[in-house]
Amino acid sequence: MTPLPATIEAWFTDQGWHLHPHQRAMLARAGEPALMLIAPTGGGKTMAGFLPTLAELADGSHDGLHTLYISPLKALAADIKRNLRRPVEEIGLPIRIEDRTGDTSQTQRKRQRADPPHILLTTPESLALLTSYEDAARTFKGLKRVIVDEIHALAESKRGDQLFLALSRLETLAPGLRRVGLSATVEDPPALANLLARHPDPCAILMADPGPDPDISMLQTREKPPWSGGGGAYAIPAVLDQIRQHKTTLIFHNTRAQAEIFFHNLWLANDEALPVGIHHGALAREQREKVEAAMVAGKLRAIVCTGSLDLGIDWGDVDLVIQVGAPKNVKRLVQRIGRANHRYNAPSKALLVPANRFEVVECVAALEAVRARDLDGEARGPGPLDVLCQHVLIRAAAGPFDADDLFAEIITVGAYAALPRATFDRCLDFTATGGYALRAYDQWQRLVQRPDGLWQLRDPRAASRIRMNIGTITDSEKLKVRLRHARGGAALGEVEEGFAATLTQGDTFLIGGRIVRYEGLREMVVEVTKNAGRKPRVAVFSGTKFATSTQLSDRILAMFQQESWPNLPTHTAEWLALQRQVSRLPERKRLLVETFPHDGLHHLTAYGFAGRNAQQTLGLLLTQRMEAAGLNPLGFVATDYATLIWGLDPVTDPAPLFARDNLKDALEGWLAGNAVMKRTFKTAALVAGLIDRNSPGRRKSGRQATFSTDILYDTLRKYDPDHLMMQVTRDEAMRGLVDFSRIEAMLDRIGGRIDHVVLTRVSPLAAPLFLEAGRVPVAGRAEETLIDRERHALMAAAGLE
Amino acid sequence: MNGLSFSLAGADLLALASGALFWPARDLLCVSDLHLGKSERMARRGGPILPPYEARETLARLARDIDAVRPQTVICLGDSFDDLGAMRALEDAAKAEIAALMAGRRWIWIEGNHDAGPVDLGGSHLHDLQVAPLTFRHIASPDARGEVSGHYHPKARLALKGRTLTRACFLVDDARLILPAYGTYTGGLYSDSAVLTDLMAPEARALMLADPPLAVPMPRRTCAPASVRAS
Repeated sequence: MTPLPATIEAWFTDQGWHLHPHQRAMLARAGEPALMLIAPTGGGKTMAGFLPTLAELADGSHDGLHTLYISPLKALAADIKRNLRRPVEEIGLPIRIEDRTGDTSQTQRKRQRADPPHILLTTPESLALLTSYEDAARTFKGLKRVIVDEIHALAESKRGDQLFLALSRLETLAPGLRRVGLSATVEDPPALANLLARHPDPCAILMADPGPDPDISMLQTREKPPWSGGGGAYAIPAVLDQIRQHKTTLIFHNTRAQAEIFFHNLWLANDEALPVGIHHGALAREQREKVEAAMVAGKLRAIVCTGSLDLGIDWGDVDLVIQVGAPKNVKRLVQRIGRANHRYNAPSKALLVPANRFEVVECVAALEAVRARDLDGEARGPGPLDVLCQHVLIRAAAGPFDADDLFAEIITVGAYAALPRATFDRCLDFTATGGYALRAYDQWQRLVQRPDGLWQLRDPRAASRIRMNIGTITDSEKLKVRLRHARGGAALGEVEEGFAATLTQGDTFLIGGRIVRYEGLREMVVEVTKNAGRKPRVAVFSGTKFATSTQLSDRILAMFQQESWPNLPTHTAEWLALQRQVSRLPERKRLLVETFPHDGLHHLTAYGFAGRNAQQTLGLLLTQRMEAAGLNPLGFVATDYATLIWGLDPVTDPAPLFARDNLKDALEGWLAGNAVMKRTFKTAALVAGLIDRNSPGRRKSGRQATFSTDILYDTLRKYDPDHLMMQVTRDEAMRGLVDFSRIEAMLDRIGGRIDHVVLTRVSPLAAPLFLEAGRVPVAGRAEETLIDRERHALMAAAGLE
Repeated sequence: MNGLSFSLAGADLLALASGALFWPARDLLCVSDLHLGKSERMARRGGPILPPYEARETLARLARDIDAVRPQTVICLGDSFDDLGAMRALEDAAKAEIAALMAGRRWIWIEGNHDAGPVDLGGSHLHDLQVAPLTFRHIASPDARGEVSGHYHPKARLALKGRTLTRACFLVDDARLILPAYGTYTGGLYSDSAVLTDLMAPEARALMLADPPLAVPMPRRTCAPASVRAS
């Protein structure tokens, strides 16, 4: 039990605050080696995590780093710094608090390593970087506590795997350190606790009072939601109404592009000039900070945002959360809703705005799930090997190491507890020599084993290259966007390289809520000028796309079976009735397949309701079978509920396409050579250090020196198919982008019952699919056929033949 | 293998789907920018350790082309090796493969910016070569006529039925031809980059790699960039 010093207790009393029971319990159990607190948003989780630290540091006797706080967001670290400094300063506690993120200056970082503060607030990537320095032992000497905030969010990604690996390092550098995890409501607390604790030690779990049920409903709008699309623009008058009636409203969107369009339209309709802002991860730091400051100062009535505001940042008095677009996942919806009314024991108020008719169904299903407290979640497999490879490199950057010691450390991480030694050795070999079947010369070694058995970098200069490439977030290449100005104009944000490549001078797009005109690319910076045009093209930011959970999909399918839909708005009920009339509604135990011609091509829609990734895989399998049958598929697009395929020839009998036999073989077949695998390979190759994402001077020399990772994939496939990276790619794809288990579950469910409906035009349910982004081209005969068809037309049109 | 025929300075040429150039009248095959040993060079310099199979793969493709057209003369148009160290470090199997390809024919290594210096694998080593009416050299010179060069690794993109097709390509106008990079580990420079747009005449065509190659008007930068830097 750590007693709370009287000075701190008195300060709380002065604020008119009293400690929640779970905050007292955190103090009482501060000695536990691992302790997980599960509390609803607004439950004073972070303070609960820090109270033991404040109590232990109050007498000023601790020297150096005492508590390391890790959060998934830079903004969260900065926010906690603000919130912690106030009591510390007002009470006069002798505690130094600093944050350290990608935004921290070089001088500050250097000093922090030599002279760390008592409390350091950081992110998993910055922590990994800290452990990569030779002086890591000195930096972390005396560390007592590690607090992992929003651990539920981290645990779902490779960032979490990297973090827990870093903790295994810290355990060696600072033996006996205590681990605290702070989590929002999750479906399986023991699984999460298992990740936090040092394996195989137990982890205590503390459950806070979940608080009252949220006040959540659908936003009533005069306009009907559109048939398709994702912006929610139709709801703008109703949303403005709500902003007027509330103090501060957060308007969540699922993607950055949608947030941009919505903000733009909101601004155009905002006749009273209510102060509203936009916040998402692709905006320049200066832009984000401006919005954050205005928000904290209570100057904004609404913020249009994405997942970058998802986590527990205290943005002042938010009294309403609006979710635009279907939430995809009930757990995340609950966490977002918790952003409103950031006070314990007060119900949060939230409104759902479906972006189109289909999402009306999805939103109603999600609402019912929230009321039933039916959270969803899919289990993650064992720790990924690409992250492990990066961890080995980080360890090597910090200095010579013994392989046995490192292995012993790694298997204390829950996700890697069952890692076979042979697999670890393969990862070590990969980081040391590339792990190729052919390996002959010294220069192929990145790590060398010394006569005393320790491993070290062959060239110590490689350490800086390793540090430059730390991290597991591998978004597509981004280019900075700046206003054109003689001395470098204001930074606005970033767009994907692929998007920039589609721009020609004069094109307009939205970024940070304003329309800009593309002027050109200069030294890898997209230069733009301000433009007041009314119809921008939209920047395609690929926000993470989540698959609708199995639970939510099942609820939707169940809803389809209703005789009528009194629980749905009339327009949506009518739409479903129309679908039932011209085609059929999908059923849980059958598979609906529609075929129809459209725009000169033949289309097929399969309503598998298996989630976006599995539907994508289904698209790959089906197009592969269509290619084999000579049906010339051209491409496909997948959503959470259906796959739409188009090609040059019609499908007359879909049953063989879905035949279960050879499906695994077919999977192996396309595992060999498709775009999804190559994308997965690229991520694994970047994380594992097979290729660099940053290297000194690469941007400048650039261009024809760099080549596509697809070539590496093809080469390995041909000459070294059992290479570690190929195995990692296959494993990763099967559980991530491929999601084969959900395809198998779907096939089990339908048991060969396929309803083929032949239509003369697009069905009501299929229409939205045509506007989906993320179309995947099929590289088959059809491409060559198209080339042949265009061969003469193109030259003739240009008067060249 | 199908080729696309075109002519340059009166010479009738064939662009092959692989990115090689065949000149039937002279029984001459030309490939550019093989960049053999690129993985070795990157690893040696402390960079990423790429799969060391690219020389094998590149040579296997070259062998297929040579088998198909059985040329009297082969010209490697520069940057055949990623650097001279990479040439020396080539695995024995690759050196043997090169020797086998060279046997019984005239073989010319044109010097590139990556591999300036003597090549000790046999064949002739030249800065440039005239085979009237054409001149073969690594980097295009602005005022040349009937010139065949490489260096830029040109590629082009084309919108086809809602999808973008990106392929390496030959660039050709009345004065010159630029070959695509033949090496496995080579990226490309878009034809609409400033340097290629400036180099190629307005009526230039891109022959995009397909079987046979597809001729399109060369995609180019549409308007000159406005100068922004105050001088």
